[in-house]
Amino acid sequence: MLQLARRTAVLVASLVVASIVVFAFMSVLPGDPARVALGVNATEEAVAATRAAFGTDRPLVVQYLDWVSGLPVGDFGRSYVTDVDIGPQIVDRLLVTTWLVLSGMAVALVVALPLGVLAAVHHRRASGTAITAFSQVGVAIPSFIAGILLVTVFAVRLGWLPSGGWTPPAVAPVEFLRRLVLPALALGLVQGAVLTRYVRSAVLDVLREDYLRTARSKGLTPGRALVRHGLRNAAIPVVTVLGLQLATLLIGAVVVERVFVIPGLGSLLLDGVANRDLLLVQGVVVVLVLAVLVVNFLVDVAYTVLDPRLRRAA
Amino acid sequence: MTRSKLGSGVLLLAAALLAGGCSAGSTASPGAAPGSPDAPLRIGLTAEPANLDFTRTDGAAIPEALLVNVYEGLVKLNQQTGEIEPALAESWTVSPDGLVYDFTLREGATFSNGQAFTADDVKFSIERVRSDAWTVSLKSGMGVVSGVEAVSPTHARVTLSQPNNSWLFRMTTRIGAMFDPSGVGDLANAPVGTGPYTVSEFRRGDRLVLTRRDDYWGDAPAIRQVDLQYFRDATAAVNALLTDGIDVIGTVQAPEALAQFEGDGRFQVIEGTTNGEVTLAMNNATGPTSDVRVRRAIAMAIDHDAVLNTAWAGRGALIDTMVPPTDPWYQPLPDVTPYNPDAARALLAEAGTPNLSLRFRIANLPYAVAAAQVVQSQLAAVGIQTQIEPLEFPARWLETVFRNADYDLSIVSHVEPRDIRTFGDPSYYWRYANPEVQRLLTESETGSPEQQIDDLRQVGRLIAEDAAADWLFLLPNLIVADADVRGLPQNRIGESLDLTALSRA
Repeated sequence: MLQLARRTAVLVASLVVASIVVFAFMSVLPGDPARVALGVNATEEAVAATRAAFGTDRPLVVQYLDWVSGLPVGDFGRSYVTDVDIGPQIVDRLLVTTWLVLSGMAVALVVALPLGVLAAVHHRRASGTAITAFSQVGVAIPSFIAGILLVTVFAVRLGWLPSGGWTPPAVAPVEFLRRLVLPALALGLVQGAVLTRYVRSAVLDVLREDYLRTARSKGLTPGRALVRHGLRNAAIPVVTVLGLQLATLLIGAVVVERVFVIPGLGSLLLDGVANRDLLLVQGVVVVLVLAVLVVNFLVDVAYTVLDPRLRRAA
Repeated sequence: MTRSKLGSGVLLLAAALLAGGCSAGSTASPGAAPGSPDAPLRIGLTAEPANLDFTRTDGAAIPEALLVNVYEGLVKLNQQTGEIEPALAESWTVSPDGLVYDFTLREGATFSNGQAFTADDVKFSIERVRSDAWTVSLKSGMGVVSGVEAVSPTHARVTLSQPNNSWLFRMTTRIGAMFDPSGVGDLANAPVGTGPYTVSEFRRGDRLVLTRRDDYWGDAPAIRQVDLQYFRDATAAVNALLTDGIDVIGTVQAPEALAQFEGDGRFQVIEGTTNGEVTLAMNNATGPTSDVRVRRAIAMAIDHDAVLNTAWAGRGALIDTMVPPTDPWYQPLPDVTPYNPDAARALLAEAGTPNLSLRFRIANLPYAVAAAQVVQSQLAAVGIQTQIEPLEFPARWLETVFRNADYDLSIVSHVEPRDIRTFGDPSYYWRYANPEVQRLLTESETGSPEQQIDDLRQVGRLIAEDAAADWLFLLPNLIVADADVRGLPQNRIGESLDLTALSRA
């Protein structure tokens, strides 16, 4: 209980620090939002009036407090560029990006778990070496290159799947899935290659443990011994990496959203920066920070579930 | 327990993905099926509007989508001839002194909120441009108006404070759009105009959906629904067209990709002109480029054919001054600063600046980056060193180059119509001050139309002789579309992408 409270306090403190850092970065970014909105040849009076309307002529501390005080209740303010409430907009886009990240993660797991275990168990055979080599290649390919390759082959040449765009699952579930496949593969295959290497080394470590030898001496086959006693232990480092990778997946999603024309958080962020939509960018970044912190929190919780020793220590 | 649950969840998702992947071809998208007469026409564009209010937000994206289609003015621009045509005004007369414009308005025109369009709306709209409600700088085009009156419901009279040959042309741009007093409450999200289309959906980050009005006063457009889909990435737009994700790419941003569409019977390629002069700006007030000999040397050191070929795949036109061929005062001036590296070297020696080093601060846009590299190597050949610094466009470029004129050389495309006038403003970022040019520009506003053409030709020649800037090339209007789409505009010289003439064969 105390542990949980301490972790929650750390999470909140991290958010406060992140909000200050994000706000500070946005306010030193060159380019006045009022001037961007009004365009070339704007008169000084017009710029001043627009600044007043936006509220960007107030002292930075006031602007910050005004913004940050709304966050706990989900009030991200109203964008002065798009004239739309930012909170609902972020939620909309976050849903899209969540689908992308989760499906990418699913692809990564489907690829990495069997391949990683196989590579470890067969690490002295050609098949194990081949898997390791393939994962090496996969690690070197950025997800946007993978995306372009996938589009070229499966959309343009073969015509099996759309080259991009987005349909919400509630509108047309099948169309939604068809449009999700290629971006999920672009994100997931690359992450899967990275993950394969971690799974392999985690399983290899476990295979060398004494308790596995003990299990086998009691008559279990190597496979059974691994499944019954080894995988849970191998899962601990893998879960850590999974948590770290979620942050990478979020960043990958920003790029993949662009290649596949998907209206997610990434495209919202890029448009926000281009338009100098400060409130919007701040809001998106804070949400991203929150997402990463929450994942770390969940990873910590997962540890204690996987490893009872940590529970006792706490 | 935990592990097996997680595992089955992953399997379920994977199975769902595979099922989706295998069902290609058996799906129906929501709404009308492709190929049916009511299927939306899907047009891929580059710049998404930040919002739908062009009275407070600048940029080309909003009028591109909304002008002519959703909002109409009293007059509109013919994209082919560049002539001013009737729109909400059936006809108009100008008093002999050029001060009073009498417009006869269409009867039966209504706004999309049901209100009738009358002379009171003309008065409201024009006066609103001059009020604080409008903030974008283009509103200054209305500054010459001294009064508007509604003589009768179908007769509006506009009085100018002095004769002005540009005013009626400017009424074809966004400042001439007609608004309903009860329809300006939420312009950013809910535009209300008299045009043939209304905005039925704006899915930010994705598309803007325009739907045909049943109660439009004029001829109804053939296409019931137009989806404007926004692509930040040029390749993604090309792929979407190849895979039938869209029907038209309205502005091709990757001209090298055109080759694959030409000679393919499924597609048509349209090439015309625009107002977009890709300009090598030179700082006329400070630094080495304040010397006219240096500027002329730079202009003569550049092989414009090579620039066009590298930067825009050879698509587009070469121009010799700040005038596109669709303006009445267009003239070729090939002999003013012809490509001649030897003459350029001689000019530099004469100016006493044989080893120049210049700050080359360009907009970080594809055409500018590509063109800057060619210009850099050509300038190096005559002994001018340049440091290319791409500045994020618009924000940083506007601040550094446009506002503070803190640069020696720059490149950006100037898409505003008839922007030769900027050379009459010494505070514009060219920092060009020539009293003769300023006198001719003023005279061109008040004289006869013939006088206007004559004056502006002289201005074009003067700024070319002064090498007030160098004009690298004119951006082409490049459209690729399914072969059966009709009515696409060959030239893009106004602010709008006119959708009203579109149809499918």
